Amino acid sequence: MDKMKEVVLEYVIDEYIDEDDDEEVGVDSPLISSGIVDSFSMVSLKRFLENKYKVRLSDEEATPEAFDTVTSICSLVQKHLG
Amino acid sequence: MAYSEKTRNVFTGEIVAIKDKGLFKEKRFICSPQDAEITVEYPEGSSLSKVLNFCANNYLGLSSHPDVVKAAHEGLDARGYGMSSVRFICGTQDIHRELQDKVSKFLGMEDTLLFPSCMDANSGVFEAVLGQDDVIIADRLIHASLVDGIRLCSAEYDTFKHMNMKHLRKKLELHQDKRTRMVVTDGVFSMDGDLAPLDEMVALCNEYDAMLLVDESHASGFIGKTGRGTHEHFGVIDGVDIITTTFGKGLGGASGGCVSGRKEIVELCRQKARPYLFSNSLAPPIVNASIKVIDLISGSTERRDKLEWNTDYFRKGMEKAGLNIRSGETPIVPVMLYNAKLANDMARDMYAEGIYVIGFFFPVVPAGAARIRVQLSAAHEKEHLDKCVEAFRKVGEKYGILGLGKSEIIEKYGN
Repeated sequence: MDKMKEVVLEYVIDEYIDEDDDEEVGVDSPLISSGIVDSFSMVSLKRFLENKYKVRLSDEEATPEAFDTVTSICSLVQKHLG
Repeated sequence: MAYSEKTRNVFTGEIVAIKDKGLFKEKRFICSPQDAEITVEYPEGSSLSKVLNFCANNYLGLSSHPDVVKAAHEGLDARGYGMSSVRFICGTQDIHRELQDKVSKFLGMEDTLLFPSCMDANSGVFEAVLGQDDVIIADRLIHASLVDGIRLCSAEYDTFKHMNMKHLRKKLELHQDKRTRMVVTDGVFSMDGDLAPLDEMVALCNEYDAMLLVDESHASGFIGKTGRGTHEHFGVIDGVDIITTTFGKGLGGASGGCVSGRKEIVELCRQKARPYLFSNSLAPPIVNASIKVIDLISGSTERRDKLEWNTDYFRKGMEKAGLNIRSGETPIVPVMLYNAKLANDMARDMYAEGIYVIGFFFPVVPAGAARIRVQLSAAHEKEHLDKCVEAFRKVGEKYGILGLGKSEIIEKYGN
């Protein structure tokens, strides 16, 4: 789980934070509710998770709440991995 | 009764929640034609105030221009009030064709199709042209109507960091396996007033075989030396494949929009775009007035030149007064305040000073990026601009933000 958090956090930083932005993001930082990731740009994160972990996340599951932190995202993916 | 108290309470609760979040939009009534000086009833029921308008999209000051109003009257007399039809049944007049041809020539595109609004153009263009084998790659800050249109389309979509060409390149590389790629951006972004780097985007699209769609709603008529738009500004008129734009802002300010671009794409919109097929034709007075607008701005750059002068003069005045404005060259001038309450309070105080501006905050702009957005017009005279700058100086002084940068304003008010 810790390794997964590390991988997802790295992706989030690379995909959503500008190189010159000094914003610090950790595994429990709010992503959606803080506006770092919005519902429109969330699609690439969902695609990354599905490709990386070979899971299928339904729209019902991929809610703003479930995607709000790296920790909650990893919990959702972990549930599919069993 | 089908509308029970239980049902009513569902909606009442939602309205209360909007109010609790501070996102409730209050009613404001303009009791005069749209112009630099307007008469406003606000709050609702209060006596009328004469104020200077610095929040309209009336960039070229054509909303109440006598020649445009006259052309609307002539259109009404010559072609009637409405068409009572969608375009393809019996709703296309000769003047619809004339306007489309003039827009194509003005924008430097192959063909044009009118829509009831640019919102409709953006809703319809993607699903008419693209399918599940294609991909749309969009800037993250594109207008909400483009987002809605992209979501209505079966094509896959992806996004890139705002105006980040390195990231766009990465996404274009990622999606090389798709049948076609379409990159989507605003020409001028409505909240920040920044210009998409179309020269770089055209080069990338050429390199990776991608089409480029640009929403020029906040650019048509005044960006570029002859007002053709952002593609003219960057010298890439031939490099943009599709432009969507509106007649509801700089180009007269009434309503209507269009898709202009490669002829096959426009033809597919004519055959398949649902807002075109299932919504009424643009009314004859608006069509005739829009033709007059295109004629006026094709024949002279006087109005866009005045807007450019106003923009430069106002931006310099605001910087000199110590306001923290986002730098740029467009008539959209964001006065950065970062804190939503501060933006709201200052906008209210500006109104008391006779200046009509609005505060914007999350979710309309990113969290922590609250601002007052000032929009300039060719209808503004120098004394209007001076009065606005002076009011900002006075109100800014009251809140102690003059000369402060981002971190200092956030330190003082939070974000």
